[in-house]
Amino acid sequence: MSKKVLVLGEAREGALRNVSFEAIAAAKTISGGGEIVGLLFGDSVQSLGEEMIKFGADRVITVEHPHLKHYTSDGFSQAFMAVYEQENPEAIVFGHTALGKDLSPKIASKLASGLISDVTAIEGEGDDAVFIRPIYSGKAFEKVKSKEGLLFITVRPNNIASLEKDDSRSGDVSSISVDITNLRSVISEVVRKSTEGVDLSEAKVVVAGGRGVKSADGFAPLEELANLLGGAVGASRGACDADYCDYSLQIGQTGKVVTPDLYIAAGISGAIQHMAGMSNSKVIVAINKDPEANIFKVADYGIVGDLFEVIPMMIEEIKKIKTN
Amino acid sequence: MNIYALVKRTFDTEEKIAVSGGKIVEDGAEFIINPYDEYAIEEAIQVRDANGGEVTVVTIGDEEAEKQLRTALAMGADKAVLINTEDDLDEMDEFTAAKIIAEYLKDKDADLILAGNVAIDGGSGQVGPRVAELLGINYVTTITNLEIDGTSVKIVRDVEGDSETIETSLPLLVTAQQGLNEPRYPSLPGIMKAKKKPLEELELDDLDIDEDDVEAKTETIEVYLPPQKAAGRVLEGDLSDQVKELVELLNKEAKVL
Repeated sequence: MSKKVLVLGEAREGALRNVSFEAIAAAKTISGGGEIVGLLFGDSVQSLGEEMIKFGADRVITVEHPHLKHYTSDGFSQAFMAVYEQENPEAIVFGHTALGKDLSPKIASKLASGLISDVTAIEGEGDDAVFIRPIYSGKAFEKVKSKEGLLFITVRPNNIASLEKDDSRSGDVSSISVDITNLRSVISEVVRKSTEGVDLSEAKVVVAGGRGVKSADGFAPLEELANLLGGAVGASRGACDADYCDYSLQIGQTGKVVTPDLYIAAGISGAIQHMAGMSNSKVIVAINKDPEANIFKVADYGIVGDLFEVIPMMIEEIKKIKTN
Repeated sequence: MNIYALVKRTFDTEEKIAVSGGKIVEDGAEFIINPYDEYAIEEAIQVRDANGGEVTVVTIGDEEAEKQLRTALAMGADKAVLINTEDDLDEMDEFTAAKIIAEYLKDKDADLILAGNVAIDGGSGQVGPRVAELLGINYVTTITNLEIDGTSVKIVRDVEGDSETIETSLPLLVTAQQGLNEPRYPSLPGIMKAKKKPLEELELDDLDIDEDDVEAKTETIEVYLPPQKAAGRVLEGDLSDQVKELVELLNKEAKVL
């Protein structure tokens, strides 16, 4: 049976996040040929609708309201439920982002539905789809399926490949008006700590530093390498605890979980808590002075050496490739 | 103030995970209070000490979970409740767990409910918000600071590294993020006192729950370990040659540049 799937798109600083396109791809896999309806909530999101269509949505519904400028679970759930009641979908896909994690259980509870969170891969298609998700901090995986009724999943960023952007696709971008009322949480302040540029949890390349970076200034070569590769800088808890960088960069069990194509661990020993946040990266490079460091056990390629010698050399070598 | 902390007994993360017959092998493994729930318990105790009232820790599980409840009592919680589902349920998911906890809490007039933002075993982070929704109260997830003044609540929450200040009011459910506090270790007198503190054990019947009403909506078909990674290559030779080789490998073999 084909399924109509609702996909919640998520904007950040005026642009859609990659995970929204990945969610559309996941929706396509489970739809069995059914319609993919993109959703956008905010104070001004109409212009992003077409982008969802180019990445595979068939049409888009927006809900715009001043109270949707900042995410609140009350505001977004009111918008979502209004669309849900109009569309009656068979499946729902959100990104497993801060917003998706916060909102999806509330919606699932309202709909008395199951919810398969943090999906990293889908096996099979349509009604036969089975969902793979990491458990025990990525030390094991489980295959889960929905027993019956509504299918609701959240997908981890950077794991399910988005569809190729197709500029020739077109579809309807409509809006519905919803009265957003009675918000119980009021956001009085937002402090942006994350660095400019590439979002760490969605970066294709992550250059992460540990205690071996030795100081806040020690992150400079890592930043240079990350910029060169179009990636983001991350850190181990050790580096954050030592005040070399902000906790917003922390990767690990507490902190962010990342699965980039390339993870470069510089001066990171590889504590189990750190590994929980990065061990599923596709290619791992370890640079550490200590040949016994744990990080070499999960690394695909390792260099035993001083990161302050190795990283500048890497930058030079990569520049050579890029210019050729 | 009437305070509840939701806790889960989990595998110690330091444990090596083994799988047999599509299930995690639990025999001989070390179990702990889910680390994020420890922040919830600690915060519950601090809120009680500042505002008065009582802290009740609640868990779902089997008799083994008594040990984690006693630890929470030794930290300073006043009462514990074990909802024992061993005889009634073969499997549960987040829908099941939330419904059972909400049934227990629905007539308790809780002012504040605290939970971890995620359990380190299942890792879905659903149960807290689901419980709040079932109880019809507001929730705030991944909090790193909590200030209560009468019924007004000011919270700082972590949003993928950014921080958001939220103003809301009781009754409320919050889920704890790392950084909220430093959970205390149980003291020896605390451990002695914990033995005499009330630990109530309930079954689904006591909560008037029919097993069919809490039947899981999702099903785990299989649990497996990630494929063993082939041992990585530690490069050798002159450092500048190693770097050249590394960049070459990343470019040609791994194709990630």
